Amino acid sequence: MTHSTLPLFALLPSLVGAILILLTGERHRNLREFWTLAASVSKFAIIWSMLPMVLEGKVLGVEVLEIVPGVGLELKVDAFGLIFALLASGLWIVVSLYSIGYMRGLKEHAQTRYFFCFAMAIFGAVGVALAGNLLTLYLFYEILTVATFPLVAHKETEEAMRAGRKYLAYLLTGATLVLFSIVLTFSLTGTLEFTPGGFLSGTASKAILSLLFVTYILGFGSKAAVMPILEWLPSAMVAPTPVSALLHAVAVVKAGVFCVLRVILYVFGPKLLTDLGLWLPLAFFVSVTVIGANLLALAQDHLKRRLAFSTINNLSVIILGAALLSHDAVRGALLHIPFHGFMKITLFMCAGAIYVKTRQDLISTMDGVGRQMPFTMGAFALASAGLCGIPPVCGFISKWYLCLGAIEAKEVFFLGVFILSALLDAAYFFPIVYAAFFKPPKHDQIKPHFDDASPWLLVPIGITALGSMVLGLFPNLSLRFFDLAGQVMKAVLAGG
Amino acid sequence: MAELLAKYNYWIYALLLCVGFYGMMTKGNLMKKLIAMNIFQWAVIFYFISIGAKKGGTVPIIPGGHGGGHVVVEATSFINPLPHVLMLTAIVVGVATTGIALALLIKIYKRWGTLEEEEVLQRLRDRDEVKG
Amino acid sequence: MGIMAQLPALIVVTPLLLAFLVYLVGIFRPRLSYPLVLLGTSLSFIFSLGILYQVLHSSAPLSYHLGGWEPPWGIEYRIDHLNALVLAAVAAVAWLVVLFAKGLVDREIELQKQPHLYTLLLLEITGLFGITVTGDMFNLYVLLEIASFSAYALIAMGGRGAAFAAFRYVIFGTIGACAYLLSVGYLYILSGSLNMADLKGIIPGLLHSKALLVGFAFMVMGVGIKMGIFPLHSWLPDAYTLAPSAVAALLAPLFTKVGAYVIVRVTYGVFPLSFSVKDYPAAEALGWLAIGGVIFGCVMALAQRDLKRMLCYLIVAEMGYILMGVATGNRTGITGAVLHIVNDAFMMACLFTVVGAIHYVRGTRDLDDLKYLHIQMPLTSAVLVVGGLAVVGIPPLCGFFSKWYLILGAVEARRWGMVAVLLLSSLLNAIVFFRLIERAYLEVQPAEAFVPNGGTHLKVKLDSLPKGMIFSLLLLASALLFLGLFSGTIVKEIIYPFVNGL
Repeated sequence: MTHSTLPLFALLPSLVGAILILLTGERHRNLREFWTLAASVSKFAIIWSMLPMVLEGKVLGVEVLEIVPGVGLELKVDAFGLIFALLASGLWIVVSLYSIGYMRGLKEHAQTRYFFCFAMAIFGAVGVALAGNLLTLYLFYEILTVATFPLVAHKETEEAMRAGRKYLAYLLTGATLVLFSIVLTFSLTGTLEFTPGGFLSGTASKAILSLLFVTYILGFGSKAAVMPILEWLPSAMVAPTPVSALLHAVAVVKAGVFCVLRVILYVFGPKLLTDLGLWLPLAFFVSVTVIGANLLALAQDHLKRRLAFSTINNLSVIILGAALLSHDAVRGALLHIPFHGFMKITLFMCAGAIYVKTRQDLISTMDGVGRQMPFTMGAFALASAGLCGIPPVCGFISKWYLCLGAIEAKEVFFLGVFILSALLDAAYFFPIVYAAFFKPPKHDQIKPHFDDASPWLLVPIGITALGSMVLGLFPNLSLRFFDLAGQVMKAVLAGG
Repeated sequence: MAELLAKYNYWIYALLLCVGFYGMMTKGNLMKKLIAMNIFQWAVIFYFISIGAKKGGTVPIIPGGHGGGHVVVEATSFINPLPHVLMLTAIVVGVATTGIALALLIKIYKRWGTLEEEEVLQRLRDRDEVKG
Repeated sequence: MGIMAQLPALIVVTPLLLAFLVYLVGIFRPRLSYPLVLLGTSLSFIFSLGILYQVLHSSAPLSYHLGGWEPPWGIEYRIDHLNALVLAAVAAVAWLVVLFAKGLVDREIELQKQPHLYTLLLLEITGLFGITVTGDMFNLYVLLEIASFSAYALIAMGGRGAAFAAFRYVIFGTIGACAYLLSVGYLYILSGSLNMADLKGIIPGLLHSKALLVGFAFMVMGVGIKMGIFPLHSWLPDAYTLAPSAVAALLAPLFTKVGAYVIVRVTYGVFPLSFSVKDYPAAEALGWLAIGGVIFGCVMALAQRDLKRMLCYLIVAEMGYILMGVATGNRTGITGAVLHIVNDAFMMACLFTVVGAIHYVRGTRDLDDLKYLHIQMPLTSAVLVVGGLAVVGIPPLCGFFSKWYLILGAVEARRWGMVAVLLLSSLLNAIVFFRLIERAYLEVQPAEAFVPNGGTHLKVKLDSLPKGMIFSLLLLASALLFLGLFSGTIVKEIIYPFVNGL
């Protein structure tokens, strides 16, 4: 491990930014917005600067404090963490621009609290990405949960409060299970370091290790919204759209999936999981979510709820890919993390733009909105195509590898799951796009002439939509996701 | 059996302890509680003093022991002074506790006009201050 | 080094002498009494840090012979890593609470009576420090009673039902103290010694004796009453709720913690490690009591509407945690218990001061009256959040780390009931505190009275609280964070030397 203070500097901008935002307050809102943007850009820049070193195979690390004898508050930047960190910090810039437009457009209240919590949430998310051991991971994981609670309950209506409570109940219960797992792990092995290929081999009996695996998966799975612990995510759609966009399509749930994959690849390891035979039950377990979530998505009329279920589906797709443990499946899973992020955030931002412009959030009332907002709906169409796996949008690449991986693992059943999931995706995305462009507007809020969203909203949408396509054509461009995934494969699967 | 009876000091102390405890727990009048508390404390004091006693032992004062010099003494013929010393302190503590308790009782009586626990509780409940 | 060598005695003597001085001065100049109290607690805090420094840099515990008489005939003040840590924590919290108290005392007590309160406060602190530094079992009884008397009188200074609650406390407290005295008696009969270090050497030879067990049982019962262990806690909620706010803020965090220290000290510092675990299943029984206490405390806290009362039940739960750590019988659990003594002192002080501040500004302690708190009292609300999250156990705040060691210790001891209760109680605490946070921060659109122009014109000066209160609130909140971040250091440098010597 190469010692470097860069990981620490990568965390600081959002923390410092959060404090500055709090101190600046509503009176100097432009200055406050400036802090958000400055923090997000600097954060991304620092994280990006670590890319070349990590691609060479180095792992950058720093121990900040010995927080428990034997375990440090430790940051370690490996390829896997960098994928998530790049995604979270990069999209924070985009969503911050979007947030500013959205919040001002709707004249939302408590904006200082909003931007403060947002910055703290990113602090937590990147902390999760860069954590070097389970304890540090847990620390940032909890910060993430606490920071996002006020965002979920932002609207302060009855419904929002209920959603907030549900959010806390699910996530804190999950965190409790995780804590139990971590303590048990420490008690068994005396260490909590993430090791490529896992470090739990041979430390306890099959029964105990299996139990441990279950508690980890259920614990982290609450944040990753696997069935049956997923009800909090659709309820959380009551939050303002930028919150839904970044946090629930990218940061919070991706943190959950990230943690699950960390457990699979860096705590247990492919070899141990194969020996214990645990990958198969896990794969079945998430397959239920994959199909179930998509079926539920079909039944939703509320656009954001449908998107929420689509997210749930995609998250479990990622876990399924990792569970299959074959080269291409894991690669596909790793790639799907950022790719899905780009596509899903586009969709959420579009949904938000539609709401700002037309005050509509039900799909059945969105007929003809494509004529009013062609750019927005165009981006929507592009992103949803990607999610179904249609080239040249990036979703095609990750799904391709996932299917290849299923074949490689000789699991036709799961291949079928992937394909069925894609078909269902098409079944609930296509009608939206069709109705938006080809049906006459039903609702009088939807104008028949051009009146798209403000540039504050359109520019971010454009960036992520085009980004999705560019990543589809050149998956290694600038952010080098493809190579990073390769690094992870080398480290994890070569060892076992 | 004879051995058990020989340790009669323990029996006495245990009895007093129980009497005091019973009084504190079951009596409804605060003054009675206080008296019972005193009995409880005294039980402990008796216990300590009794363990220092010795058959045929004498008061632990060395005649002419002051003013330096060395005097040969047969330590076993004196009773143990330490428990007495400790209990002096404990008696003082007991007195202080009683004093505080009496002051509190005066305050309670002035305010509520009664020293019956049940009545005080009832009046407090009416003011919704003490939940039972 | 003159003064450094006298520190163990100085730290007890200073508040004692100042107590008398405050009373005398208070007859003529009541306003001078507070500065003297502040001086006393500041000095004590500095002394405690001096003692901590000394202990960390010497190989043997500090030993101070009162009156020059050698132990075990004389009374010895003996300070090792354990008491140095607890002493520093108690002194720090005492100082912070005294800093906080002036505003409340000025409001609630008339000027002529204030010196009385301050005198009693100093006597209380004398007692607490004394209990922490003494190495003699009987001396501990004396100091315990000094602290208790002061507590009885302090509590009775509150309005309305306080005298009655104090009386009940007198009854219970005396049972406790007498039980403790009895246990000292039993141990004395068996060993002929009152000195803790001396007993440590003698007891292993006595392990077959039933009287020893009885002595231990009485001790646990006695200190347990003082500490507020379930089910011996019933005096606690009324006493601390009805006491004046400043008094509750001092007593609630500290008195119970010092009691907890005594249990740790006697169970593991005087009796050998094997006593509670192998020889007699004391640890087993204590464990079940602890579990009961935690569940009882958490559930009752949920049911309360009065904030102060809610905190009192939480104290019962926190005492349960410490007892759990003691009951695991292994080094990790004991580490957790000791760390929790320190952490909880700060956490409870923080929360009680918040409630005191809210009472000062709004005159209410009711849960439902917290609306718009974050607008009227932003700093206080923030401190409430920090304190609440600490109790729930969110890292990097301190509460998480004591829970970590406790859970680890329980896992090591294979006591799955404890593990489950520790985890479950965190969730119950989360409900309690997030309910408060919700009320304070997230009420539906605020009324005009509080937020004209989206808060731009509302320049509430420092929450409308006096400077002392704000200062101490912020310091307490920061302490929670620092204790958390540096808990590894604390454990490694201070607690491990003690625990590994068992």
